[in-house]
Amino acid sequence: MTVTHTYDALVVGAGGAGMRAAIELSDSVRTAVISKLYPTRSHTGAAQGGVCAALGNTEEDHPEWHAFDTVKGGDYLTDQPAALLMAEEAVDAIYQLERWGLPFNRTPDGRIDQRRFGGHTANHGERPVRRACYAADRTGHMILQTLFQQCVKREVRFFNEFYCLDLLRTPDGTTAGVVAYELATGELHVFRARSVVFATGGYGRMFRVTSNAHALTGDGPAVAYRRGIPLEDMEMFQFHPTGLARLGVLLSEAARGEGGIVLNRDGERFMERYAPTIKDLAPRDVVSRAIYQEIKEGRGAGPNGDWAYLDISHLDPRVIEEKLPDITEFARVYLKVEPTKEPVPIQPTAHYAMGGIPTDVEGQVVDGEAEAVVPGLYAAGECACVSVHGANRLGTNSLLDLVVFGRRAGVSAAAHAAHAPLPDLPAEPVAQTLSVLDTILRRTEGENAGDIRDELQDTMFDNAFVVRTDEGLGAQQAILADLRARYDRVAIGDKGAVYNTDLMETVELGFLLDLADTLVAAARARTESRGGHYREDHPLRDDATWLRHSLAYRSSDGGVRLDYKPVKMGPYIPMERKY
Amino acid sequence: MATAADVMNASDRQRVGGASPGKLTLTVRVRRYNPEVSDDSWWDEWHVECDPLDRLVEVLHQIKWHQDGTLSFRRSCAHGICGSDAMLIDGRNQLACKVLAEDVAPKVTIEPIRGLAVLKDLIVDMDPFMEGFRSVLPFLINDSGEPDKERRQSPEDRARYDDTTKCILCACCTTSCPVFWGDEAYVGPAAIVNAHRFIFDSRDDGGRERLKILSEKTGVFRCRTTFNCTDACPRGIEVTKAIQEVKRQILFERF
Repeated sequence: MTVTHTYDALVVGAGGAGMRAAIELSDSVRTAVISKLYPTRSHTGAAQGGVCAALGNTEEDHPEWHAFDTVKGGDYLTDQPAALLMAEEAVDAIYQLERWGLPFNRTPDGRIDQRRFGGHTANHGERPVRRACYAADRTGHMILQTLFQQCVKREVRFFNEFYCLDLLRTPDGTTAGVVAYELATGELHVFRARSVVFATGGYGRMFRVTSNAHALTGDGPAVAYRRGIPLEDMEMFQFHPTGLARLGVLLSEAARGEGGIVLNRDGERFMERYAPTIKDLAPRDVVSRAIYQEIKEGRGAGPNGDWAYLDISHLDPRVIEEKLPDITEFARVYLKVEPTKEPVPIQPTAHYAMGGIPTDVEGQVVDGEAEAVVPGLYAAGECACVSVHGANRLGTNSLLDLVVFGRRAGVSAAAHAAHAPLPDLPAEPVAQTLSVLDTILRRTEGENAGDIRDELQDTMFDNAFVVRTDEGLGAQQAILADLRARYDRVAIGDKGAVYNTDLMETVELGFLLDLADTLVAAARARTESRGGHYREDHPLRDDATWLRHSLAYRSSDGGVRLDYKPVKMGPYIPMERKY
Repeated sequence: MATAADVMNASDRQRVGGASPGKLTLTVRVRRYNPEVSDDSWWDEWHVECDPLDRLVEVLHQIKWHQDGTLSFRRSCAHGICGSDAMLIDGRNQLACKVLAEDVAPKVTIEPIRGLAVLKDLIVDMDPFMEGFRSVLPFLINDSGEPDKERRQSPEDRARYDDTTKCILCACCTTSCPVFWGDEAYVGPAAIVNAHRFIFDSRDDGGRERLKILSEKTGVFRCRTTFNCTDACPRGIEVTKAIQEVKRQILFERF
């Protein structure tokens, strides 16, 4: 049986962006949030190092400097008006979080303390600047908790452990709601709403080594893509240099912000060669590629020579205890290494999707080069592409993106919901979802989803990671086609209705396969290197051809059709990116 | 020339392993329950070959993905920050993602956390737990008007409640508490930890209100100081100490 709910506004996803939007919405319109996790389980909570804003609490700083760093960090694929706006609104966004109780670390005179972070500089690249506001190395945890607390205060209606499986649109493209699967009962629910905000997070689980939670399977972007919405800059994925070796668990850039350094097998601080000015505080794409180069030239560490080291053993133990306690514990628990005494084995880890559902700075989803607004649909956070992160996101700007554009999406969605009529539902709104689920449930023999997932993650790691080539990406397209064919024959063991996580994980695998298609297609087409997208066969940036955003559409045969739109420029002329 | 894949992937093809020599075989015994199958719980046992440093949550995934898809449990981040995978592991409440195979080998016994209704296998009903959390007004209360910038707070005042800001609401503490097992009306350690986080925050004005709630018969004085909660906390929070501090504060306030 299908249950239908009607709200003015619906938020899909209860991480930082979703809850920030929900706070804004619930003050003015009838709002519900559906989330496949309990809100405090969301991956915003795993963010560690900080959230940047030019408060200037410990040294001179200006929002415009922050905007410049964001644009340069994004290798000029960043839309400059969006970066300027985010840097400007960052200051109030941080004060707002503090007023809601976020326990920031403090300066001796009681103001919000700030520390250094990769790619954040004073006066357009002169030297590292203290811009990251932080709460030890659990800043994301504190943002998630604080936003959840504010939702509790406002009695926001949550539907926990509800998976969004389809986006409902009217024939003219207006958003009518979503179809959701209730994990506890196996029932489908239709949520009708005037405004729908997607805030479903990233999709790092398509890679074998990732800092991302198991839940990060790109449900929002995949559902939108299947319903005709393009996905922007999918080839732009960030590989964070300091994942815990083998596991990919993140060791925050804050470690380097506090003075930690990266070493090769010989104990050499090799970033001095790659980024002479800011060294270990170079942006993540630069450091990850440097690690790759060291490994390639035979200076990799570890039993197989494919690791590097992060060394914080020279830092004051009190600094480690007070400012980096969690990551220190990760090294102790998972690798049984003592970071106060010895370097920690690391390797680059799939960390953040710069690409996603295209939006304008109001959080409205926009289609095509003309940026036609999709009525009633909004997106914010990692699942969205504004684009403030361009080809490479700077550390801390993800948390900032959540609060700045989560708020903006909430404001826009509330304004729309206040006057827009409630769209009619399409005929048989759950038919397609039901058919997908039934097909999987009824098949008694077939391919094992676990095997397909393993192969997807292994091959994406091999062919679409830090370094890419036409050959590897072409091979990956063939592999994805084969995995797709096998997925179409998938069978699962759990046929039940109650907490069928086997079924939902299989559906999520389908989302990942779709998104991998778009990532690989866009990466193969982009014959240049820019930010997180490095093509060994095209190692230079090519502004004449590629200073533009990719848009991946799903074609009627299920393949990927690529289109492009220009980057929104501003005061900053693209220059060679040196640090 | 080595390809990109060769360089980044010099390790052997195994999905885990490389750091530690050799594999081990872990026997995993799980208390199962499925209301669609039986009213009673039962035990299942699997043998999993794994790396000594594999996390237990990934061992459970190996079972689920390659041996028995019906095995059901919650998980997300897999590194101890989201709080999804609290389980009773060899008789102690722990997060499955913070227990390594070599530390429980050759055999581990896993059951759902206690005191909350089991819904399927290792999944329990978290709603009563979340109700306890909601009941203590877990949000900053300050009606003194909003400053233009940040409220000031000294590092010392900030340190006063640092420990209790670490809570991830995993329920390891509350579901290890014998008082909570006996009476679900008791708000439990996690709710008190979250009340403590605001009561001792110099920016908050709601302390009296929270202390009144916690002075009632469902509140802090149900605590029998068994320290189970402190032992169980995967975030290292001194839970019992926080509860004692709240008790003492109530005595000062004389409700």
